[in-house]
Amino acid sequence: MKSLRFILPLLVFVVLLMFLWVGLSLNPREVPSPLVGKPAPAFQLARLDDPAKTLADKDLRGQVWLLNVWASWCTSCMEEHPVLVELSKQGVVPVYGLNYKDERSAAREWLARNGDPYALSMTDADGKVGIDYGVYGVPETYVIDKAGVIRFKQIGPVTPKVLSEHILPLVRRLQAS
Amino acid sequence: MRWVCALALCLLPTLAGAKEALPAAEDPALEQRLMRLAKELRCLVCQNESLADSHADLAADLRNQIRDQMRAGQSDEQIKSWLTQRYGDFVLYRTPVKSTTVVLWFGPFVLLLAGLAGLFLYLRRRRTRVSQLALTPEDRARAQALLQDVDADAAAR
Amino acid sequence: MIPELGHFALIIALCIACVQAVLPLLGAQRGDATWMALARPAAQGQLVFVAVAFTCLAWSFVSNDFSVLNVASNSNSMLPLRYRFAATWGSHEGSLLLWVLMLNLWMTAVSVFSRRLPSEMVARILSVMAMISIGFLLFLLLTSNPFERLLPPAADGRDLNPLLQDPGMVIHPPMLYMGYVGFSVAFAFAIAALIGGQLDATWARWSRPWTTMAWAFLTVGIAMGSGWAYYVLGWGGWWFWDPVENASFMPWLVGTALVHSLAVSEKRGGFKSWTVLLAIVAFSLSLLGTFLVRSGVLTSVHAFATDPRRGIFILAFLALVIGAALALFAWRAPKVGLGGAFAFVSREAALLVNNVLLVVAAAAVLLGTLYPLFLDALGLGKISVGPPYFESVFVPLMAPAVFLMAIAPLARWKQDRPLDLALRLKWAFAVAVASALLLPLTLGRWTPLLALGILLAVWVAGAGFVNLIERALQQRASARVSVGTALRRLPRGYWGMLAAHFGVAVFIVGVTLVRGYEIEKDVRMNPGDTVAAGGYQFRLDGLKQVQGPNYDATRGAISVTRNERPVAMLHPEKRIFTVQQMPMTEAAIDTGLTRDLYVSLGEPLPGGAWVVRVYYKPFVSWIWGGAFLMALGGIIAVTDRRYRLARHDARMPTSAPTTIVQAVS
Repeated sequence: MKSLRFILPLLVFVVLLMFLWVGLSLNPREVPSPLVGKPAPAFQLARLDDPAKTLADKDLRGQVWLLNVWASWCTSCMEEHPVLVELSKQGVVPVYGLNYKDERSAAREWLARNGDPYALSMTDADGKVGIDYGVYGVPETYVIDKAGVIRFKQIGPVTPKVLSEHILPLVRRLQAS
Repeated sequence: MRWVCALALCLLPTLAGAKEALPAAEDPALEQRLMRLAKELRCLVCQNESLADSHADLAADLRNQIRDQMRAGQSDEQIKSWLTQRYGDFVLYRTPVKSTTVVLWFGPFVLLLAGLAGLFLYLRRRRTRVSQLALTPEDRARAQALLQDVDADAAAR
Repeated sequence: MIPELGHFALIIALCIACVQAVLPLLGAQRGDATWMALARPAAQGQLVFVAVAFTCLAWSFVSNDFSVLNVASNSNSMLPLRYRFAATWGSHEGSLLLWVLMLNLWMTAVSVFSRRLPSEMVARILSVMAMISIGFLLFLLLTSNPFERLLPPAADGRDLNPLLQDPGMVIHPPMLYMGYVGFSVAFAFAIAALIGGQLDATWARWSRPWTTMAWAFLTVGIAMGSGWAYYVLGWGGWWFWDPVENASFMPWLVGTALVHSLAVSEKRGGFKSWTVLLAIVAFSLSLLGTFLVRSGVLTSVHAFATDPRRGIFILAFLALVIGAALALFAWRAPKVGLGGAFAFVSREAALLVNNVLLVVAAAAVLLGTLYPLFLDALGLGKISVGPPYFESVFVPLMAPAVFLMAIAPLARWKQDRPLDLALRLKWAFAVAVASALLLPLTLGRWTPLLALGILLAVWVAGAGFVNLIERALQQRASARVSVGTALRRLPRGYWGMLAAHFGVAVFIVGVTLVRGYEIEKDVRMNPGDTVAAGGYQFRLDGLKQVQGPNYDATRGAISVTRNERPVAMLHPEKRIFTVQQMPMTEAAIDTGLTRDLYVSLGEPLPGGAWVVRVYYKPFVSWIWGGAFLMALGGIIAVTDRRYRLARHDARMPTSAPTTIVQAVS
């Protein structure tokens, strides 16, 4: 099969080409979370509105909720903020904010200026809880179910499309169970 | 009296405490261990930089976390698994050997063996094929004539 | 006006390229001399217009024309002149224009230095190169126009990335592209030979100098990139196995295999289809590299800003060019005849094993670079493949190749005996083993890896000496001349080979010793403090604020002494560039033959102290010295007499006879 040998380079190249083609639609910088399907890491952080009080993960058991990682210095957060504000008005699912590596006064001012969609926000000044959740950029959003298990992670701003196609259907399914 | 003052003034710099510089890190040995490990970890927010080389905030945070864990007595393996629990295998530059990465780690050597084996077989087959192409008498005469030409050239130089 | 002129020049160049791609090729098929004769002037004409376009862009940069989008995005009025000029190729669009310029320079060179080639061959070669040129010109004009206007014009530009404001930027990309693009000549030769069905020793002889020249340029280009990273990044690293670095290294590995394979094809008429395949693969890897760097498929510090449209275009171009070339190969190569016979122990066999090792190494680098993409595309998760992988795989593959490199030049063509070779090399081997065992101990540390490095380097150098002495003595005996004359009579091809192989040995010494024995000290320094490393004393004399043309900096003054005697005065800087507000470390290096003293400023600490990083790096300049020696070897080999004599060729037969006595090489 002498001719087979000569056709081999072309075949290898075609396979490579197919992978490169698929590669064009992928994002090599996106890091999917290994925590999806695992219990949400525990936390107990001071609340943004009242530093004397704290919010812990156990307080949120028994309901489906969204954890939104945000900061006043984050420009992409401005993109998703109106979507979150709209979502909070609908009252479908509570959104809790994780104020990541931010300054308290700047954060509160930002919320005052742009609207506060959060049932409550907590401060993660040193970013440790963020690291526990595998946060590597801002904004990020997690969907957590009644048992406290992470069901979905959105990397980047929550767009209306993501909301309607992924988050809301999932939330409804989890709430029904 | 004046020269006593002058002498004292000359000695001032030494009194000011010019000395052997202290290491930048509090625990140089730990720092070395940290950097060795961090060189094999990936900075998640950079464009392909290691955790050791990156200036990003998250990288600094992670290095601090790793330093704390090392001080607390965690081993390199434990720290790596702590990181992969949160960020997945993406954070490891030394790709773990798993079922999905077997081709990566062993592929080159398999390829090498296949290449050398293929070469060996090809050379063996080639020898039989080439020996079948012997010189014809005309070609032999031509070769002789050319060789005589070359010898004449060499002698002339 | 000028940008539009440049834009228009590119369009004209494209038209010429279209003519050049079609008519000479058809002419060669039909034997039409007029059409074939169009190739040379077309190539030269194309160069004129591409050069005009390039000059227009460079002029826009140098004259601070911020109505051109590219200039506004990548330059600034405070940028020094040489960097304004280099910024011409600092962006995706500009670097593509540089690519096209280099391609045209090579095309014109081929059109000028090919008088002795048959006209069909020249016509086909220039047609193929014109096809590549069409692809890139279309890419430029349709998706990446460097002359796009910004209206209203910006008041000032966004400045060139501070990391690129360096002499390295002026010279590394042009050198690199000369090499990268130069493999298109070997590619065109291969395609022309496949189309014409004429694949013989003379084809190899014609291809060889072009390939070697491109290889030499690529060697220099990669070495410069590495050297630049070394002194600009602040911690003395020089190779990171980053996808873009790998994209230039893979063609280099295959190019090295090709250079060796061509030697066999030229001298013994063997490996012809394999050589053609290597020529196609080398340039294909260059094109693949272009795709990887600009498509956004891989993450890299060197990657350009991406745009999905560009990725699709390059991929389509890649598919077309490489697909057609490999299809042509599959169709025509089986018809190529066989070369001479040779034994399992012979120079041919050694060169074939060298080829296998180099190609597998290139495949390993490709595998590692693309593996994350493969897994992600198959939905099997996201992983990273970094330096630990590449080093674990590359070193075991290259070590045997280097080992063999010492033996092959001594092996006879066609057949040799292992015992003979072993006897001739016994002293070189003994010295190598002795050095491997003793040298690390004298330097302070012995590990198997360090010993291996020393062994390989001394082995290659030693075998090279043995080879040289043998040949000189042989010449002296057979021609009855003095040793001096014998040495002078040795062909330049031989000296080139020797220099290149010595270059590898020097390179290995550099890598091994700097890895094994470098000393790093990270310290907190106040003015007056000292730190010792590698037998040298470093003292921070003071710090002051300075102002550069487009940056503010803190500049340290560090005096270095050894045994109380002053050695150097180093001035590391921490710069903040005004426009992009980006901090940058400018390391201060005292380069020496046997060591580099490397100092960089870290962060300022409260209280006026600074974190200072001090490195003692033994023999690090041998890394680049070795690479330059390799390139020099290539250049020497290209000036060999046989490529310059016209008369001889007329009497030589056009195909290598099937069996003939050992050719004097």
